[in-house]
Amino acid sequence: MKSEPTRRFVTGGALALLGMAALGGPAHALTEARARALVDQVVSDINRVIASGQSLSRMIADFERIFTRYGDVPIIARSTLGADANRISAAQLRAYTDAFQGYVARKYGKRFNEFAGGRIEVKGVREVKSWHEVRSVVYLRGQSPFEVSFLVSDRSGQDRFFDMVIEGISLRLTERTEIGVMLDRRNGDIGALIADLRNAG
Amino acid sequence: MAVAAALLVAGCAAQDPAATRDVFDPYEAENRRMHEFNRGFDRVLVRPVSKGYTSVVPDDIETGVVRIAENLSLPADIVNNILQLNMRGAFQDTTRFLVNSTVGLGGVFDPASEMGMAAPTNTDFGETLHVWGVREGAYIELPLLGPSTTRRTFGHFFDLFTNPLTYVLDSPENLVGTAAGVASGLSRRERFSETIDQILYESEDSYAQSRTIYLQNRRFKLGGTASAGYTDPYDSTAAAAAGASAVLEDPYEE
Repeated sequence: MKSEPTRRFVTGGALALLGMAALGGPAHALTEARARALVDQVVSDINRVIASGQSLSRMIADFERIFTRYGDVPIIARSTLGADANRISAAQLRAYTDAFQGYVARKYGKRFNEFAGGRIEVKGVREVKSWHEVRSVVYLRGQSPFEVSFLVSDRSGQDRFFDMVIEGISLRLTERTEIGVMLDRRNGDIGALIADLRNAG
Repeated sequence: MAVAAALLVAGCAAQDPAATRDVFDPYEAENRRMHEFNRGFDRVLVRPVSKGYTSVVPDDIETGVVRIAENLSLPADIVNNILQLNMRGAFQDTTRFLVNSTVGLGGVFDPASEMGMAAPTNTDFGETLHVWGVREGAYIELPLLGPSTTRRTFGHFFDLFTNPLTYVLDSPENLVGTAAGVASGLSRRERFSETIDQILYESEDSYAQSRTIYLQNRRFKLGGTASAGYTDPYDSTAAAAAGASAVLEDPYEE
């Protein structure tokens, strides 16, 4: 009886080593289990917001909290600027990231009331290129279920999602198109973009 | 038709540009004009009518009409599944059609889903062309139908022939499918009204938004290879400096 945990530990350790060898070394430190654990947390937080039935402004605030806690907001914001991210100052990039975060929270957070009575379930995880894709399915009342994937990476130093993909539509790439047009129409004036973004969404 | 399709396969394959994962929009000026027309059509007609229709018609009848339209679209889906050699899909759609047409009283009810049968494949001839190796072609905004591609546009044309019901039904009856289709389109417009309004009326450039959203979703539906053109954002800064294409940058690369 006493030897049971020890044997289990040894077997488990051997399996873990095999697993690490199969993954090809420390380059892929982020495991499927960790990517899934992150999205499990995101999904349980979102489900709690949906079930709470609170006011829209509270939902938006909650969504912003989820977005900043589990998402890598700096890389998402930066990537929506494209090459323009390289020509602006660090302070401008910080101000933009802050404005972008609020804009995304308002634009997508206000859609949460459509999720009333619905739920999200995590379905599976797979490794894609340098990241992990965690698939989930959204079940809404009176509507066919649809797929939402979270793309998870640890390249920021922490396990964070850097995109949400709804039925193939990437939030990051879609916002990149939108932000690109906004910047063009303001003749590349990042200050004007930041100011307008604070009121948009 | 087989000959025409074969010619089309050859033609489309030849004219397609190398960079297929990016947006290929050589007709942007014409497309933008059509987009403005469609937007106006939605604003003055589709949007208000969909609001009126869904508020006047009781929910149960609305759902029944949507189901009739979905049921009547199944025979064409079955034909396309066979053309795609997707026999499993053809079998599933056939079973669904038989069950819903009989037990479901002509498709008014959906016992197939209640029995836990597989979801409908919801395919089209555009997908058949994709399976046959035809490339996507250019982005095209069609009158009334909205975002499309060269391949999907040819698909719409051939789908006039792939629906067996058009050969079986006579003049007044074959309008049922069309009418139910239009009505279920109105239901869909209202159900997704917040999403559609956000794209059409709240975005900075509704044309660019519809284009990217349509293409991402269509590519996802046709094969789930959406990740093929998607790069790690942590790689992007280096790629941008190297002059790589905008969509393919990896934001995490620095």
